Amino acid sequence: MLISTLLSEQKAALVVMPLGIILLAIAPALISDSAQITLITVLMYAILTLSWTMFSGPTGYVSLATAALFGVGIYVAALLRGTMPIEVIVLIGGLTGFVFALAIGILTLRLRGVYFILFTFGITALIRNVVQWWETHFGGTVGRHVLGASNEAVYLLVTILFAATLVVTFLVKHSRVGMALQAIGENQDAAAHIGIHVTRIKVLTFAASAVFVGATGAVMATRWRYIDPSIAFNPLLSFLPVVMAIFGGTSKLYGPILGTVVLVVLQDFLITEHPYLYLLLFGLTLVVIVVWLPGGLVVLAQKWFLKARIQWAKLQMQVRRVRRR
Amino acid sequence: MIESAVDIIISGLILGGVYALIAVGLSLQYGVGRVLNVSHGEFIILGALATYSLFTALKLNPFVAIAVIAPAFFVVGYALDRSLFNHLRRTSVNDDAFEGRSLLASFGLLFVIQNLMLIWWGANLRGYSYLNTPVSILGNRYGLNRVIALVVAVTVSLVFYVFIKRTRLGKAIRAAAEAPQMAEVLGVNRRMVLGICFGLGAALAGLAGVLYSIMFEIQASRGIELTIVAIVVVVFGGLGSISGSLIGGFVLGLVTSLVNFIDPSLSLAAFYLIFILVLLLRPSGILGRAIHAD
Repeated sequence: MLISTLLSEQKAALVVMPLGIILLAIAPALISDSAQITLITVLMYAILTLSWTMFSGPTGYVSLATAALFGVGIYVAALLRGTMPIEVIVLIGGLTGFVFALAIGILTLRLRGVYFILFTFGITALIRNVVQWWETHFGGTVGRHVLGASNEAVYLLVTILFAATLVVTFLVKHSRVGMALQAIGENQDAAAHIGIHVTRIKVLTFAASAVFVGATGAVMATRWRYIDPSIAFNPLLSFLPVVMAIFGGTSKLYGPILGTVVLVVLQDFLITEHPYLYLLLFGLTLVVIVVWLPGGLVVLAQKWFLKARIQWAKLQMQVRRVRRR
Repeated sequence: MIESAVDIIISGLILGGVYALIAVGLSLQYGVGRVLNVSHGEFIILGALATYSLFTALKLNPFVAIAVIAPAFFVVGYALDRSLFNHLRRTSVNDDAFEGRSLLASFGLLFVIQNLMLIWWGANLRGYSYLNTPVSILGNRYGLNRVIALVVAVTVSLVFYVFIKRTRLGKAIRAAAEAPQMAEVLGVNRRMVLGICFGLGAALAGLAGVLYSIMFEIQASRGIELTIVAIVVVVFGGLGSISGSLIGGFVLGLVTSLVNFIDPSLSLAAFYLIFILVLLLRPSGILGRAIHAD
């Protein structure tokens, strides 16, 4: 029963994912320019949230380093833009994210619980302040202008990155690596005992998930066109993916995406007119979810799905009864 | 040369006093209740803004305001622990899960309190002038308000230290922190102690806020910086060690003052560097108990 539902879920994902990606690819022809810009924001956050989920979902290690990895990608674009094609810059941004995450992982993934959270937060702040200091002392100005790219180009790149993140997250989740991460999250010592290279798997998955974050940073620099350390390493970029993932629920792949869509749309409605109200609601949402809905929206969705199936089964029985008569 | 050395030390002590006071409340909330309350800085700013409003609207002396703000904050903190965090404590599978969930919940509180303050007081700097006359100590001049703040911070820290070490309730708090189950067996009402600890942490934050409002201009959005200071000091002194937080506060104050003297733009970077190094090399802090790092 369990295996068959698992299989059917995987099958459903194999149908839904390509469909979604195709829809995203043809969307620019169907929607307005402003909707396209919103969609870019949604996709950006969806990438950050999914890549956060890839590592932190199963293991339970809450990383607050997303802003650091994103900002590093942004600075790669700021430094290299104009010297080479944007695709190459995006690749280099991803690689830089990988290298940074590898270093952070090697240094810190032996730390547990609160210490890991604190470290990833601290390292982000340290990088931001060092860059700030460097720019004011040697760069002359704090900010930098980045040669912009057209909305179409940005949209295309973000969509490709989103598709790649989605596919890789799916593959990792349903592979031996995903099982190993799950085991580590449940009981690290037991995982080590059954022969899982705990540290190696943690560090490599964390680094792999950072590729997409760094690459997205490089793309978004060409969309924002002006950057400085407080934009590139904005702490909200570390917090939002965590909240979006937990809001949606990390047990299913659609959870983080659902959480992202809801919160970005809410942000879109509120942030220009009532920015404080938006962040107030954001905080309330976080408290409510942590306290009353630990599994996120996914749990609600599953409950409704189950209820619907029970209703459907009842209906079928009734139909059968009527026929027998 | 000597004058600047004295200046570094006195400025460092003033800063350190504030750091210690900011940190000890958080240390209490985390050390005993395992709630890494990242909204701690918002409580401090709330205390500062409340003092500002009481001073400008009612001409209430800030030191009298302490008598209003500290008890009010205690009640809020106590209620928060008994409702929100106690619920999380009961429904979490283990201590690690509780730490993660309470951290996220306090992130939520951070956003709620901060934005309520922004809606109520706005984003502008708020300040008032109180006891702003200069006094001269060993050839350097300091604002009287800062010197008094240092004296109050040191006094409160010492009183608090004696409270924790000597009184019955203080001993119950330490027992609940070090051996929760054993404390309960010996008749400590753990739930009440945890509530009291969170309340005391909030009250200390309110008190720190009053002193903050005397010394600095207040901005509703700057609470998170204070939280970070508190976290760095608490980790530096050892998570869960109250005396460590007090000593760590003064040590970090002196270090910051020294870096400020060399290059003010480096002080934040130096701060985070110390934080990272302590986490890497000595995660239990300078005075903390040994912890497991794999």
